[in-house]
Amino acid sequence: MPVPETLEFFVDPARCIGCQSCVQACTECDTHKGQSMIQLDYIDRAGSTQTVPVVCMHCDSPTCAEVCPADAIKRTEDGVVQTARKPRCIACNNCVLACPFGVPKMNSEASLMMKCDMCYDRTSVGLKPMCASVCPSQALAFGTREEMARMRPSATPVNTFRFGGQTIRTKVNVMVSADAPDNCIDVTAAMFDASTGHDVLDDVFGEVGQE
Amino acid sequence: MSHPIQPPLPPLDRDTIREFGPTRAYGTDSRVRAGEEPDRRVKTHCCFCGQQCGLQLEVKDNTIVGVEPWYEFPFNQGMLCPKGVKRYLQQDHPDRLLHAYQKDPSAASGFRKLSYEEAIGRVAESIERIQTEHGRDAFAVLSGASLTTEKCYLMGKFAHMCLRTSNIDYNGRLCMVSAGAANKKAFGIDRAANPWDDILGAEVILVAGANVAECAPITTNYIWQAREHGAKVIVIDPRITPIARTCDLFLPVKPGRDTALFSGILQLMIENEWLDREFIEEHTVGFEQVADLVREWTPRKTAEETGIAEASIRTAAEWWGTAKSSFLLHARGIEHHSHGVQNVLSAINIVLASGRIGKPNCGYATITGQANGQGGREHGQKCDQLPGGRDLGNPEHRAYVADVWGIEPDDLPPPGVDAYEIMRKAEAGEIKGLLSICFNPVVSLPDNNFVRRALETLDFYVAIDFFMSESARYADVVLPGSLQEEDEGTVTQVEGRIVRINKVVEPPGDARADWRIIQDIAKALGRDQGLTFNDPGEIFEELRTASKGGVCDYSGVSYDRIEEHFGVFWPCPSETPEGVPEPGPQGTPRLFEPGAWNPIAKGAGPFYFPDGKARFVPTPFEGPAEDVDAEYPLILTTGRIVSQFLSGNQTRRIGPLVDHAPEPKCELHPRLAARLGIAEGDWTTVESRRGTCTVRASVVATIRPDTVFLPYHWGGRKSANQLTVSAQDPVSKIPEYKVCAVRVTKAEAPPEYVDSLEPQQ
Repeated sequence: MPVPETLEFFVDPARCIGCQSCVQACTECDTHKGQSMIQLDYIDRAGSTQTVPVVCMHCDSPTCAEVCPADAIKRTEDGVVQTARKPRCIACNNCVLACPFGVPKMNSEASLMMKCDMCYDRTSVGLKPMCASVCPSQALAFGTREEMARMRPSATPVNTFRFGGQTIRTKVNVMVSADAPDNCIDVTAAMFDASTGHDVLDDVFGEVGQE
Repeated sequence: MSHPIQPPLPPLDRDTIREFGPTRAYGTDSRVRAGEEPDRRVKTHCCFCGQQCGLQLEVKDNTIVGVEPWYEFPFNQGMLCPKGVKRYLQQDHPDRLLHAYQKDPSAASGFRKLSYEEAIGRVAESIERIQTEHGRDAFAVLSGASLTTEKCYLMGKFAHMCLRTSNIDYNGRLCMVSAGAANKKAFGIDRAANPWDDILGAEVILVAGANVAECAPITTNYIWQAREHGAKVIVIDPRITPIARTCDLFLPVKPGRDTALFSGILQLMIENEWLDREFIEEHTVGFEQVADLVREWTPRKTAEETGIAEASIRTAAEWWGTAKSSFLLHARGIEHHSHGVQNVLSAINIVLASGRIGKPNCGYATITGQANGQGGREHGQKCDQLPGGRDLGNPEHRAYVADVWGIEPDDLPPPGVDAYEIMRKAEAGEIKGLLSICFNPVVSLPDNNFVRRALETLDFYVAIDFFMSESARYADVVLPGSLQEEDEGTVTQVEGRIVRINKVVEPPGDARADWRIIQDIAKALGRDQGLTFNDPGEIFEELRTASKGGVCDYSGVSYDRIEEHFGVFWPCPSETPEGVPEPGPQGTPRLFEPGAWNPIAKGAGPFYFPDGKARFVPTPFEGPAEDVDAEYPLILTTGRIVSQFLSGNQTRRIGPLVDHAPEPKCELHPRLAARLGIAEGDWTTVESRRGTCTVRASVVATIRPDTVFLPYHWGGRKSANQLTVSAQDPVSKIPEYKVCAVRVTKAEAPPEYVDSLEPQQ
């Protein structure tokens, strides 16, 4: 059964509290028990508690599949990019290096690329993925577009990303402010933006320093 | 700088740890095999915090092999924190106690196995001997608030009726008793005033001293869901916690100054007439005295005392003062103080002044810490308490409970002393024997070098536990008790909702359900009258009767009703006076609604006093018991992290949780670190007048520069409570975990434990 078209995945990094519940829940998935396919990291712990979870974005034209010399990575009709097929994967690491989001991981023990398959065993029977089920702040959420619009009126889902000259559309949405100017996230441009964390923090404690 | 006395160091206990752990468990065998269907899934709740998230545990051959979200349970709808996801790894654990043990100095680990019957016999003999030689009160009981309500009830009955000792108390004493005492003073009842659904739709949410994202993670979604619809979030904390990071207004309070802050806010509310005069007039008493007392708290003075910018205080008062709806949440951050009751009362004063309580989206609550933090403080295991929230010192209450128990009121002992005072009496030789369950005082009590000395002084100490906790290592006899998933019953979660804990697996080896162990001891003592229950359901039936007519009335609650309605909120009386409507099928989710009836006010008003009115209580400001000085110039504040729970007796044995944050770190601000010459990751010594602790530094700009933070989940030389002060609130007896004076230096060498202990040990 395909993943129902009406159900979508939404990521809102602003909500992330760094609890690692998604990472722990990912290791409970029956197809890769004990291993997490999610990366969750601090952006800059010295300056802020901000963390960001990274799940597979499930691209419409997945770079990982495009660069795979063994044709091991399949995108199913419902838009889910599956983990590499074991009989075909030659563990060449092409996908690991090419993915603009940095998602696929090489399991060197099994000589197999593994990545998030949006809990296909769950989502294909209408259940939520493990990570979006447990996420206590719902930074990772799974549901209908209508539900999200009703529950989060001040945010809007975006699924177009620019990496230099490459524009990527994904099945997974990222929530941005509803009054954001663009319906596209320019990832490479943002890489060169200065971090705002430190300035804000120094100001917060500016009047309380007991130097 | 003088170093008068070298602070004592806990033993490294290498051999005991080798036999009993803590070791880290990971999923193996049937827990990781793909494609294997579990035998069954059991709907129950998490064993850790007071949120009591619903979940399903997957079982294969008496082993819990995994977790599956329980989407239908309304409170968390499938959401879980990492502890909830990995909690199942505590079961079928290599460290699990499968036998009774007795202390044996000739054994390398310090213990040898003992048959269960022999162990019970030794315990009974020792209790008999100590009580005969030194009086009944010479034997004390320490219980816990992670136990089911049935067990908590039984522990109170065991102490008061079987042992007839005054000296029983519980570890909720370290948790939120100051909130409980303040709630009773202001409202006459100790329960969250509102269900969490009332957070959704509130205009202003004020979070005071609650690291919500790490200590009550599910509550985050409620707060942020409210914010999506326009709520403003104000956070009061000395650290920019994850919930504070994206709040609308952050008030970086200097630890121990919360009463000053709330007084300053109330003064601005009065000045600007941001008050609900009608509510104050009709439903409260005492406002004028409070108004007189806070007059001195001008914004300038408040700013000076609290270390918060004056403009922020004004903004907070304006947002709070002019809101149409609001929810105030607080937790240990304002409660863990030698003036914790005053802090909470001063927070309640701004709620009462706003009139925003007892209505939809107008709420107030403390966020309970332990699984049964709520139910565990209601039914008679507190030193001055009887079931139903009744008082051991009240003749009418004594008569009612004595009648239910089939004894004379005079057979009940008078009220006893709090948990820390029990330790002081033990150290002084006044208390000779101790039984503890669900309590790890060597890690969790402040100034724990003193606590170790107290336990060493005891003639006889029996610990009931499922793992060899740091405290059990001091016991003469250790009895193998039950994990939460090995027994059934109820707990009452943060909202006052009673939920069902279902049994998932059988206790292994000689381990027994805790209530059976207690009854076996009573039987061996030849004093088992009233302690012959056959299952937790029978205990619950008696608890219903014992609580009937009390403030915490469970008489209308049944296991079936709980399961049918996803929990029942107390009060839920089985019968109401003529003309008073019965509570709905879910009990009473929201307290203090206009026209609500209760057994104290009897219709005079919604609050639990004879006149039905809430109390404004004056809260003169007092600073912390131990302030900083030239010798100890920094404030130490302690707290929790998301991947660990309380003393870590369970979570330090769960591999994936340990790996998240293997060891405690000392958080300090870069400006302070630069002055001390400490860099990220350096071994750093934090020292107070009572103890010393060397851990790695985490240099972060998310903490006040005059404050350092240590998490308290570790034992031995990594324990933050070697440093904390045993100063207690005079009313509630909660210890001051949130403020003491320390000095911080870069360590000359790594600590001795590095070479011999794993991170969790």
